[in-house]
Amino acid sequence: MSLEAEKPTGADVKLQSEIRIPAWLDLGTILSALLFVLLMTAWHFSVALGLVPVFVLPAPLDVAAKVLHDVVDPSVQYDILYTVAEILIGFAVAAIFGIVFGAAIALVPLVDRVLSPYIVALQTIPKVAIAPLLIIWFGFGIESKIVIVALIAFFPILVNVVLGFRSTDPRQIVLMNVLDASVWQIFAKVRIPNALPFIMAGLYIAMIFSVIGAVVGEFLGSAYGLGSQIMQRQASMDVVGVYSVLVLLTVIGIALNVIVKMVSRKLVFWGSSEEPTGI
Amino acid sequence: MGKPAFVDAVAPPGAGIPFIALSKVAKTYGSREGRQVIAVEEVSFEIAQSEFTSIVGPSGCGKTTLLKMIGGLLPVSRGTISYAGLDPGRRRPRLGMVFQEAVLLPWRTVLQNVCLPIEVAGEKWEPGEKRARELIELVGLKGFEDQYPNELSGGMQQRASIARALVNDPTLLLMDEPFGALDALTRENMTLELQRIWSSSQKTVLFITHSIAESVFLSDRVLVMTSRPSRVREIIPIDLPRPRTLEMTTSEAFGRYVSHIRDLFSASGDL
Repeated sequence: MSLEAEKPTGADVKLQSEIRIPAWLDLGTILSALLFVLLMTAWHFSVALGLVPVFVLPAPLDVAAKVLHDVVDPSVQYDILYTVAEILIGFAVAAIFGIVFGAAIALVPLVDRVLSPYIVALQTIPKVAIAPLLIIWFGFGIESKIVIVALIAFFPILVNVVLGFRSTDPRQIVLMNVLDASVWQIFAKVRIPNALPFIMAGLYIAMIFSVIGAVVGEFLGSAYGLGSQIMQRQASMDVVGVYSVLVLLTVIGIALNVIVKMVSRKLVFWGSSEEPTGI
Repeated sequence: MGKPAFVDAVAPPGAGIPFIALSKVAKTYGSREGRQVIAVEEVSFEIAQSEFTSIVGPSGCGKTTLLKMIGGLLPVSRGTISYAGLDPGRRRPRLGMVFQEAVLLPWRTVLQNVCLPIEVAGEKWEPGEKRARELIELVGLKGFEDQYPNELSGGMQQRASIARALVNDPTLLLMDEPFGALDALTRENMTLELQRIWSSSQKTVLFITHSIAESVFLSDRVLVMTSRPSRVREIIPIDLPRPRTLEMTTSEAFGRYVSHIRDLFSASGDL
C-alpha cells in the first residue's frame, strides 16, 4: 500500500473538479446498492401481496419500525451492552491467550511438542457442543458467555499467530545475527512485525466467531443479551421482534469487523493483511 | 606491465600482521543419513586490513559457507580463523553484511532501515542518524530517506542495504553476491559505486561473486575456489591502477586476468 501515490497533483485536481466522482462510487458499489434496493422492494411486495405469511417474513418497514423502537428501549439497550460486553471481553481474553500461546508454540520447540497434541484435540471438538457444560460450570451469568466467546475465538487467533511467527524471513534473522542482536531484539524488531499481518487476520476471523459465541451462549441460558432476547421473542411468536434483533446483531457484527479492519490497516501499513487461515 | 605473476599464496599488499588469517579451515555437515558432507575441505589464506578480496568459484562450492565462517556466523569444523586487533571481549570483528537481496525490513523507512544496526547496538540515535544520512547520500539515495522499501527499485533497495552495512562502521564488510539479482546496467553502476564507497571508507571487504569481470574490476586479490569439496585453487593479485574505470575492462591487462581465471575454471571442468 503506497502512502504517497494517491496524492493528486494540482493539475489533476483542476481537471477532475468538473466531473467530480468520489473514488468509492465505482460500478461495483452502485450495483451492490441497487441490489439492496431490489431485494428490499421484492421483500416488501412479496409480503404486501400476501405471497409470504407475515409470521414467516414480516414486512421490511415493520422490521425497520421495530428496530427504531428497540434502540430507544432501555431494556433492549441493556441487552445490546450486555452482548457487546460479552463479545469484547471474550475476544480480548482469546486474543491475549492466543497471541501468548501462539508465540510460545512457534518459537519454543519444547512447548510446541508438549502442547500441540492437546490443541489439535481441543480444536476438533465443536466448541458449541461444550457450551452447555460451560453453562453448568460458570452459571447463567455473563461469565459463562465470556468463556464460550473466548474459547471459540481462541483457535483462529492461535493458528494464525503460530503461522505468523513461523513465517519470519530467515534472512532477516541472519541479518540480526550479523548485528549481534539479542533474542529479545530479534523478537521485537523482526518477529513481531513479521507476524503482525497474520495476527490481524486471525483477530479478524475471531471477531466474527465472537459474535456467534455470544449469541449461542445466550441461547443456552441467559437472562440478558440479544441472544436471550431472540429466545424470549420467539417464545411469544414476536417474529418482527426477532428480525429486529437480527438487524441489531448484524450492525454490531459489521461495526466490530470494520474496527478490526481499520486497526489492521493502520498497523500493517506496509502491505496487505494476510488472508486468514484455519478455524 | 608484463605478464602478471600468479603466486599461490602471496603476501597481501601493504600488510604487517594479517587482519584475518585462515588456517586449514574446514566445514563438514552431517547429512540426514548420517554421512558427513564436506562443504569446505581445507582453506588457508590471509586478508590484510583495507583489502578488497573477491571469492569466485563454481556454484555450491561453499563460498557462502566460507564467508559465514569468516564472519563468525557459522562455527568451523576444523582449523582456525584468527583476527588481528580485536577489541577485548569480541570474538569476531564488527560486521557489515550485504546479501544477494536487500533484506530491508518493509515496515521501516530507508532511514530507519539504515539506522537498524545503530539501534541494535544500543548506541545514541543522534550521531548515528547523522552518519546514516551521510551514508544514504553516499549511496545516492538522498531524498528517499522517508520512503518505504516497496516504493524503491531493486537497485535502490540494494544501495540502502549497503548503507545499512556501513553505518556501524564495521571493520569487515561481507558481501554475498550483492549484485546478483540486479540487471546488467544497474549492476555495472553499482560496481562503480562500490569501488567509490570502498575507496572512501577503506573497509576490509570480502566479496562473493559469479562474475569474473566484476571480481577483477573490484579486487586487490581474487581467490579462486575449486568445486566441492572446495579448496583454494589460486589467489590472483590484481595489479591494475585505481580508480578503475569501465574503459579498463576492455584493456589487454584486464582481459588477461579474466581469461586466466576463466581458464582455471574450465581446466577443472567447473564452468
